[in-house]
Amino acid sequence: MIAHSVFFYIFSLIAIISAVMVTVSKNTVHSVFFLILDFISISCLFIMIGAEFLGMIMLIVYVGAVAVLFLFVVMMLNVAEQKGQWFSSRWDGGTHIPIGLLVSLIIFFELIIVIGGWKYKPDLLNSLSINISNEITNTRSIGNVLYTDYILLFQISGMILLVAMIGAIVLTYRERAGVKRQSYVKQISRERDEGVDLVEAERNKGVKIDA
Amino acid sequence: MLSIGLGHYLTLAAIIFTIGVVGIFLNRKNVIVILMSIELILLAVNINLVAFSIFINDLSGQIFTLFILTVAAAEAAIGLAIIVVYFRNSDTIRVEEIKNLKG
Repeated sequence: MIAHSVFFYIFSLIAIISAVMVTVSKNTVHSVFFLILDFISISCLFIMIGAEFLGMIMLIVYVGAVAVLFLFVVMMLNVAEQKGQWFSSRWDGGTHIPIGLLVSLIIFFELIIVIGGWKYKPDLLNSLSINISNEITNTRSIGNVLYTDYILLFQISGMILLVAMIGAIVLTYRERAGVKRQSYVKQISRERDEGVDLVEAERNKGVKIDA
Repeated sequence: MLSIGLGHYLTLAAIIFTIGVVGIFLNRKNVIVILMSIELILLAVNINLVAFSIFINDLSGQIFTLFILTVAAAEAAIGLAIIVVYFRNSDTIRVEEIKNLKG
């Protein structure tokens, strides 16, 4: 129990600090690295609490795909070191920082009040449908539910990913001048006459091709 | 203090959520950091769902977290594609200089 709480505090402290660093660090590449650290520590928390499958999926999807995508875009666009201070704002007279901080503080305290003050509805625990059993592993129980009860949602999420992929390709596609491309129609519809030329070759003289 | 309950996880999620909101408000650099703040907010939501799922012993929260991960990945891909196109057209993605929408 002690170890559990010690590790909880360590991982959540790392997560909070790196979340702060994501927002305040000047270099965008550093922000992406802190985002990766944040994801890793949160996935450690997930594994610790007993949701191993989600922790691993967080590692694979977020650290392996999303964060690397961010890193790729940051480095490709060459926007890592942007000039201009974090707190400077010539744009709207600098009123957005105190107002933003105020609104965020209000949001935070509202969340804390809600966390401190609620209780479960008494009949909640009877109405739960999918209990976590201790006999089979987390991955297996998720699989049992995901491919049966939630199969439609699973398919729809696959469609969402497909649409996102096509959308990203369509958005970033551009025609470039001077790029040689294959034309399948032209290749397939070639006739024999265009490609082959039959000539009579005289003996000991050969053939002049360029004639 | 020593035994970790649901409240601890919810507090952690609240803190990370607030940091994400602060990041959106205070960002002056580029839009990519705003996208990262949105990822932080989604992460906080995921922490909430997983913590509830474990503490009330119901698996639905973890399934929902899986779908949120899917949608977050799609959103990041589309958002980054939009940013790349915008950068190609106007050579900047600084928040101060993006005002084509006159917002």
